[in-house]
Amino acid sequence: MKTGNSFVCPIPIRQYPQVLLAHGGGGTLTHQLIEKMFLPAFGNPLLGARHDGAVFDPPEGRMAFTTDSYVVRPLFFPGGDIGTLAVNGTVNDLAMCGARPLYLSAGFIIEEGLPMDTLWRVVQSMKRAADDAGVQIVTGDTKVVDRGKGDGIFINTAGVGAVPPGRAISPSAVREGDRILLSGDIGRHGIAIMAVREGLEFETTITSDCAPLAGIVESLCEAGIDIHCMRDLTRGGLASTLVEIAEATALQCEIEEASVPIREEVRAACEILGFDPLYVANEGRFAAFVPPDQAERAIDLMRRHPLGAGADIIGTVKTGSPGLATLRSLIGATRVIDMLSGEQLPRIC
Amino acid sequence: MKHIDEYRDGTAARAYAEAIARITTRPWTIMEVCGGQTHSIVKFGIDELLPPAVTLVHGPGCPVCVTALEYVEKAIEIASLPGVLFCSFGDMLRVPGISRDLLSVKASGGDVRIVYSPLDALRLAADHPDREVVFFAVGFETTAPAVAMAAWQAVRQGARNFSMLVSHVRVPPAMEAVLSSPDNRVQGFLAAGHVCAVMGTAEYGPIASRYHIPIVVTGFEPVDILQGLYMCLRQLEQGRAEVENQYSRSVRPEGNPAARKLMGEIFRVVPRKWRGIGEIAQSGLGLREKYAGLDAETRFGVAHRTTEEPPECRSGLVLQGILKPRECPEFGTRCTPEHPLGATMVSSEGACAAYYHYRRRRS
Repeated sequence: MKTGNSFVCPIPIRQYPQVLLAHGGGGTLTHQLIEKMFLPAFGNPLLGARHDGAVFDPPEGRMAFTTDSYVVRPLFFPGGDIGTLAVNGTVNDLAMCGARPLYLSAGFIIEEGLPMDTLWRVVQSMKRAADDAGVQIVTGDTKVVDRGKGDGIFINTAGVGAVPPGRAISPSAVREGDRILLSGDIGRHGIAIMAVREGLEFETTITSDCAPLAGIVESLCEAGIDIHCMRDLTRGGLASTLVEIAEATALQCEIEEASVPIREEVRAACEILGFDPLYVANEGRFAAFVPPDQAERAIDLMRRHPLGAGADIIGTVKTGSPGLATLRSLIGATRVIDMLSGEQLPRIC
Repeated sequence: MKHIDEYRDGTAARAYAEAIARITTRPWTIMEVCGGQTHSIVKFGIDELLPPAVTLVHGPGCPVCVTALEYVEKAIEIASLPGVLFCSFGDMLRVPGISRDLLSVKASGGDVRIVYSPLDALRLAADHPDREVVFFAVGFETTAPAVAMAAWQAVRQGARNFSMLVSHVRVPPAMEAVLSSPDNRVQGFLAAGHVCAVMGTAEYGPIASRYHIPIVVTGFEPVDILQGLYMCLRQLEQGRAEVENQYSRSVRPEGNPAARKLMGEIFRVVPRKWRGIGEIAQSGLGLREKYAGLDAETRFGVAHRTTEEPPECRSGLVLQGILKPRECPEFGTRCTPEHPLGATMVSSEGACAAYYHYRRRRS
């Protein structure tokens, strides 16, 4: 039998080159899918128990619990795929709670006809991402929907993590004067997806920033940085995160436009498309709110981590305009940062 | 990033702002024509750097905003037909029709797609020979050349399943309409740089002379706009009314001759209805007889459909510089990006949207 580390799909391709409805029907083919694909790939004692759920002892401290569903077209893109997103996204939500991620569930909704090899590649990505993040996929579910009723594959992951005693990271901890730290350049995930989806070609390939943030967060916490709040920047970009925190805290989050790192190629793509990079999606970046006297040290620590090399202090929490996120523009004026009312749409000219 | 960073430089911007303050001796009202300029002004806070004597009003140069409700309704009607694959620039999808927008048509099962170029729509027609592919051709002289190229190629390729719903508009007649209004307060123009990159500057000389108004062809970055304002104010203070070119890195006096030639081949000048403003003579571009086979209005039988504009939206006054977005009683209350009364609230180049997003909750 092939092992989970193999890059060769373990389901006999000649027999079932594509996922059939029966693979989600609970019968022999479902069993085969679990035994030959999921168990060897994700192999761990909790999953190997073949129980209806994973049973484990609660960790010390409090627990964090989160869930997210992943829908992306195309399934594979520069810098990642739906599998890496499904693991990292949930790992990052746990990390933002100050939790050490422990266990994930994985629910697959697969469209009939998905090449078995595609599923295998996704599963392999999930395995690698889980290993990188130090989490185990301990329970799961598979459903198959009629052809045309899905977009290849949808994945839901839920995760639990342990919040060590003494950590209290939440918007309510944010204080006036806190510095706003950003872990690196923004906008790469959204532009990478857009470029593939729309066939846009740039001189260099823009890769997604998709990455697990638990490690870099842990390095800050272990060094004693008193992180008041964190948010990973996802669909709504940095802008939405700042608005959320400003509204939740009834404080003003002000950032300096000039201090927000954006790669040249992302800036160029945004200029061409008429997008504001502040609203473009990320999958491996977070904003942290820390006391002013710890900001420099926190930035040093972040920059020492491979995922924080481009970290910088981008702003300050103020009280002047409660509930507002604001930006000091490159020319020195101040404006409001608002949430988008829908998706950004490419402009006409 | 070259060609961007130097025009967003805070030091250069402040230097122009100071120069503007030095030469300005009395109140002046200047209109930036293009919606892209409007967004730069509001987003970067350019107006905050200006002396109180200088008032900026926002012009009609938002292609999405000025597309007549009638054409939005025609688009919605065509896009709802079975077998139609309807292509549009992204900006148009959220523009409200009478009861819904193109995004709602898509949600109801219509095949509505965003394209980045009219040529992408033509490619879709080749890829889907069993479908009727319709491109919603809106915009000013900036987008017209690409649409002209799509029409030219469509005819040469014999693309029978490709057509266009054409509602192109021209800038100079709109500027004249603004100046001819009894409520006009505009004393100087920043002309739309990208329109002039295509069309050149010759059309503006007669307007400057006839209305004795300075016109400065201007770019879109903060330093561009401040320099354009400086040039315009200098003319006003000196009593001159000439056409000057701030955006010389992109605009040549003759424009883009190849683009103009192609536009001349495909389009003719027609009267055009503007949303909230009404019909303006010679303000549109329509397909020439030779290309009439591409006309989606004829193909789908919507040519004579007319729609009255609802009176509650005052975007026409905003587009003519008569009303500032925040002076509208519906702004931010009955009219928001989620529930817009007019297109100026949803377009990425719309003045109301700019104020809503960047200034909404400030006094």
